[in-house]
Amino acid sequence: MTPIRRRLLVLVTAVVLLAGVGTGMVLHAADRADRANRPQSGGPAVSTGRLTLDQKNRLTFINAAAGPHRTAVASVPSADPKGGRTASDLKCARFYAAAGTGICLQSNPGVLKQSNRALLLDADLRTRHTYALAGTPSRARVSPSGRFVAWTVFVSGESYSSAFFSTRTSVLDTRTMKLTPSLETFSIVLDGTSYRASDVNFWGVTFASDDDTFYATLNTANKTYLVRGSLSRRTVTTLAENVECPSLSPDGTRVAFKKRVLSRTDLWHEYVLDLRTLKETALAERHSVDDQATWLDNRTVAYALPTDGKVGSSDLWSVPADGTGIPRLLISGASSPAPL
Amino acid sequence: MYLTDRTAPAGAGTDRGRRRGPRPGVAPVVLVLGTVSLITDISSEMVTAVLPLYLVTTLGFSPLAFGTLDGVYNGVGALVQLTGGHLADRIRNHKLLAGLGYGLSALCKPLLLLVSSIGALGTVLALDRTGKGLRTAPRDAMISLSTPSGKQGRAFGVHRAMDTTGAMLGPLAAFLILSAAADGYDAVFGVSACVAVLGVVVLVLFVPGRRRAARADRASEAEGRQPGVVREAGAADTGVPEAGAADGKPPVRIREAFALLRLPRLRALAGCAALLGLTTVSDAFVYLLLQRRAGIGEQWFTLLPLGTALVFLLLAVPLGALADRVGRHTVFLSGHGALLTGYALLLWAPATPALPFLVLALHGVFYAATDGVLPAALADIVPEELRASGLAIVGTSQALARFCCSLAFGAAWTVWGDGPALAASAVGLLCCAAVAGRVLRPADGNR
Repeated sequence: MTPIRRRLLVLVTAVVLLAGVGTGMVLHAADRADRANRPQSGGPAVSTGRLTLDQKNRLTFINAAAGPHRTAVASVPSADPKGGRTASDLKCARFYAAAGTGICLQSNPGVLKQSNRALLLDADLRTRHTYALAGTPSRARVSPSGRFVAWTVFVSGESYSSAFFSTRTSVLDTRTMKLTPSLETFSIVLDGTSYRASDVNFWGVTFASDDDTFYATLNTANKTYLVRGSLSRRTVTTLAENVECPSLSPDGTRVAFKKRVLSRTDLWHEYVLDLRTLKETALAERHSVDDQATWLDNRTVAYALPTDGKVGSSDLWSVPADGTGIPRLLISGASSPAPL
Repeated sequence: MYLTDRTAPAGAGTDRGRRRGPRPGVAPVVLVLGTVSLITDISSEMVTAVLPLYLVTTLGFSPLAFGTLDGVYNGVGALVQLTGGHLADRIRNHKLLAGLGYGLSALCKPLLLLVSSIGALGTVLALDRTGKGLRTAPRDAMISLSTPSGKQGRAFGVHRAMDTTGAMLGPLAAFLILSAAADGYDAVFGVSACVAVLGVVVLVLFVPGRRRAARADRASEAEGRQPGVVREAGAADTGVPEAGAADGKPPVRIREAFALLRLPRLRALAGCAALLGLTTVSDAFVYLLLQRRAGIGEQWFTLLPLGTALVFLLLAVPLGALADRVGRHTVFLSGHGALLTGYALLLWAPATPALPFLVLALHGVFYAATDGVLPAALADIVPEELRASGLAIVGTSQALARFCCSLAFGAAWTVWGDGPALAASAVGLLCCAAVAGRVLRPADGNR
């Protein structure tokens, strides 16, 4: 055999082998995706039903349990979160609702890029308006009155060579339907002085009940700050450092947030900050929490943690907001909690 | 003292004589290396396309967590490229070092599946970048050494076009897999690893190694064509046979690589590349500016790089060939002229729907006229034995300058706003291009 023929033979063998391995992996993944869409024995009971956003005493979330209702918006009675789940037809990557207004962020793979969009929902989960998103869905919030909606996406760049990531946080006034595409147009007061920079990023908005005040994370020059903002004056003011993904308590006195406990690592612990005294209280959760927490009431916060040993799934946990007690499993196979 | 021999003009002369008949193609090695790059770019861009989605939806990272990864990249690439270039020359085995680089990147793809913390992920991505840095200079050196002086631009054009084709196919493959298997990130990484291994296999099987290259070298000597050897006079005189130099040539020492900087024409080219790099606004900023000033919907943002890539792909070969005819420095500078025109259009921002297309086209022309043309211009300057080191020196100075430009541009944007920052870059580019035009003007007929 000539050298060139031997080399071609090796090449063909390699192509066949590698193509086989690759195809096997794709088929395996497709099969797994298929299985995830079939109900599994031992999983929580999920049934189709009518789900509206004006039902009181229910907790909505995105269902992650295997079955046809995976990634669908579902709800359980607040008093019995481990009970049967009622699922809607609406599928989302991130969801939040309050006072009859819902926001659903979706991400669907397309041919050239993934297509991301935000759906503004009425109380019957009907889409009132669709907005194209600039990147991967990250956070979503609705103000307690249902008037304002905010969402954060994660805008990614083009290649390894110029890794380029930023966030884009948009706020929508559902009464006037006026969209503020990016909070970066708001003026910033940092440590008491006016501040401008091109590397400003905002994420994780949480609204107060006055329909003007909001809190969010501001990141600039490798630091993260808690900011208090005013929607009418289009300003934000820094309050504290190393505060990410704030979540305002229903009584408006405290924010739950994640705090980076070791610099330059992905280790966050959940804290509660008293807005009057700026005193921080560590919560009893010892796992790293990378989520925007949600207050179930004035004493309890809920958040998602990755499911042990199951990549891509999360469970909802709850913990007392005063630093006492122990975390408790709230709903398994779920994310994006929103108490109605 | 260094003596350059004059193989280059002679090669160019015979080539011009041959250009009558059907247009000559490029050396088979260039096509093989282009294929390797094409395959490897499919592999790496598959990962790039889905990485943000994977990080956020599957690993649950928040945006800033990824920001910290950014820092890991900077600096790794440039320094590794110098190391790769020098080592390749030193062991006189470009194929081995390029293979190590490609192999390292291939190994990183399945590792992505095993890591779930930002630190580990940063390490894997840094290793992947190390692989990229290691292979760049020896690969370009192989292209350069396999091509007669008069066809360098065309050869690099062919390589860059194939490379870009892979970069465009990668995301397509990734999203096809994700549509066949929801959440199939493991499948994307797995297939990416298989594709990367295929790239290494093609390299190992079809790129001539040291022995065959040495044989070709002897053959060309027998033809009476002097190899472009530059040797330190002292070392050549003593002629002490050194261990590790199988073909009887002494191994390249790091001192010799540094002494390359004493070559006036290399210094001029590296200096000009750095000077122009200082005013070359990074791609991310160009797309951001375009989006802001042309009012493009944010959902299109991720598609903007495709526009640049498409034009680059289409023009890389013709502009490379043109550079061989009219002079590489001319085309290289004209490319920067295209970039300057793009800046001007962005500053002017006329209300026409054609604006984004024009700017992206000019951006693509800039890449087509510079990315492969710069290494092509080095062929006549850097002696064969030090080709990879020379390529690395110029590549690194350009990369570091562009990195400095990114920092400066970010600061200028903050202080002055996007318009004035761009205006300053445009003025800076104009000045740098004027200086480069003077420094690089053709002297004694050399391209």
